[in-house]
Amino acid sequence: MTRFVLGRIGFYTLIAVLLAFFTIPLLWLVTAPFTSNPTYEVKVPDFTLENFQAVIDHPYALPSLWNSVVLSVGTALLVVLLAALAAYALSRVRLPGRDALLYALLLLSSIITGTAAMVPLFQLAVELNLIDSQFGLILILTGGLLPAAIFMMKDFMDSTPKSYEESARVFGASPLQIVRHVVVPLVRPGLATIGVWAVANVWGNFLMPYLLLSDVEKQPAAVITYTLYTEGGQANLKMLSTFGLLYSVPVVLMYLFVSKKYGFRFHGGIKR
Amino acid sequence: MAAIELRALTKVYPGGVKALDALDLTIPEGEFFALLGPSGCGKTTLLRTIAGLETATGGAVVIGDRDVTNLQPGARDIAMVFQDYALFPHMDVTDNIGYPLRIKKVAKPARREKAAEVGARLGLDHLMDRRPGQLSGGQQQRVALARVMATQAQAFLFDEPLSNLDARLRLEARTFLKKLQRELGVTTVFVTHDQAEALAMADRMAVMEAGHIRQIGTPAEVFQRPANTFVASFIGSTPMNLLDGVVRGDTLEVAGHSVAVPTSAKGRVPDGAEIVYGVRPEYMTYAAEPAEGAFGGKVAIVENLGATHLVTLDVNDVTVQAIVPEGSEPAIGDDGYALPRHDRALVYRNGELV
Repeated sequence: MTRFVLGRIGFYTLIAVLLAFFTIPLLWLVTAPFTSNPTYEVKVPDFTLENFQAVIDHPYALPSLWNSVVLSVGTALLVVLLAALAAYALSRVRLPGRDALLYALLLLSSIITGTAAMVPLFQLAVELNLIDSQFGLILILTGGLLPAAIFMMKDFMDSTPKSYEESARVFGASPLQIVRHVVVPLVRPGLATIGVWAVANVWGNFLMPYLLLSDVEKQPAAVITYTLYTEGGQANLKMLSTFGLLYSVPVVLMYLFVSKKYGFRFHGGIKR
Repeated sequence: MAAIELRALTKVYPGGVKALDALDLTIPEGEFFALLGPSGCGKTTLLRTIAGLETATGGAVVIGDRDVTNLQPGARDIAMVFQDYALFPHMDVTDNIGYPLRIKKVAKPARREKAAEVGARLGLDHLMDRRPGQLSGGQQQRVALARVMATQAQAFLFDEPLSNLDARLRLEARTFLKKLQRELGVTTVFVTHDQAEALAMADRMAVMEAGHIRQIGTPAEVFQRPANTFVASFIGSTPMNLLDGVVRGDTLEVAGHSVAVPTSAKGRVPDGAEIVYGVRPEYMTYAAEPAEGAFGGKVAIVENLGATHLVTLDVNDVTVQAIVPEGSEPAIGDDGYALPRHDRALVYRNGELV
């Protein structure tokens, strides 16, 4: 009996420590922006808004959030469009060696965005005059995300029965009409998943924009966070905590919105 | 409405599987035609080739007076009901029924009006705002039929239209479908693996095996005079008795018994020829007493079919089956005698009807 009680106590203590490990930084993120002189401790805030004023006054902070939106939404749109078209073709057309191709793509995806490819990618961007260009960065980020996106998207496409498309075909629908009227609505949860995943990926990406964008006015929030120091060279906790909060809220909101709208359910209804 | 004509239609899949082997078939205008066969016989491939979802390797498909062999499915002026009905899950019933008209660029109000009209005809009026996922199997089938009717196509193609329904609903749907086809008068081809369904619904039917048509005829013709032993064994809810035998002058020696040559084969089988003697259990008269020309043996199994019983006799190690009306079924182990009807018995030589 005592052993059982002791075991339980030990178990819950472990859980509590683990929880604290994840909760305290989050608590800090929520309280520090509203504190006059934030330290690394979690304190009861005095609900000041002057930290927000400081962020608004910072010349690059708010524009960098907009830059993040441009980069991540631009990349997500491109990834969803290209992945959907490629996955549809791969799912519906029989190609010799198709599965080998898919696995090769998936392997490549971890290489392209990986550090190993940084030097060639940088040189490629310089040669193509895409250095210091948000468009160029979007193209490179898209290239990095596409293989995995195609792989996931193909799974969604494979799970939709062909008879829907064949039925539309017999009624005389053109291939583009079939895609617009039938395929896209059926795989919409898949498209949403890929879109959210791409946005989150780009939103948190530090290395690529840091290396490929030199103009501070084009830098996204992830890079700007890195420059928030006081004159003394110390981390500026006022700015960091406030900016960090502003930086995380959009992603959380996006998750909530998409999960409520799509909920990743599939309204089928055919007995098979 | 239009006739469908197939000329030497051939379909070979990559890899060399011959799904259709030079089929010739004419389906006149307004006919309800069944393609029947076991799975893998090519019946669905044939339907899909008529629809244009599969490209023919050789031969021609003619609908009305147009050769449509090389046309896209949408240009053939046909409509198809798929086995899973393929109702678009993201559209309500109105939009599903109106979809073919949307492709033809009919304005939305006209589409809704047509959908409401066809839907009302099939008793769907109170379901027009529902999604397919909220409908029962029978309702989904009627939506699929309504969608096909809205096209006003020259011909309808149904792929296993009843196989997704519950057993009881299937009988109701069978009657409903036959009545609907009769009223619309549109040439309709349907595929089924269920011989009872084909017999019950079709005006005429084709029995297929391994890419070939083994017999074409009305249900009565196919049931009473199967053209070969394959059709004989495939058609009928109880399989036909097919007994090996030898011709001995005016009589046949079958299962150790001597029976007269049936009316249909009289004078057409040479002496000494090896034949197969075929007679349906329904055309056997069972008795407990011996009779001239009856197969005598021991009762091995008695199966209850409802109003009748299927009695299996062991006749000199050959199985002979007979249908017995209720009330007169024998006990297992009894001696029994089954007398074939002369005018219904058939003789097959080399697998073909004599």
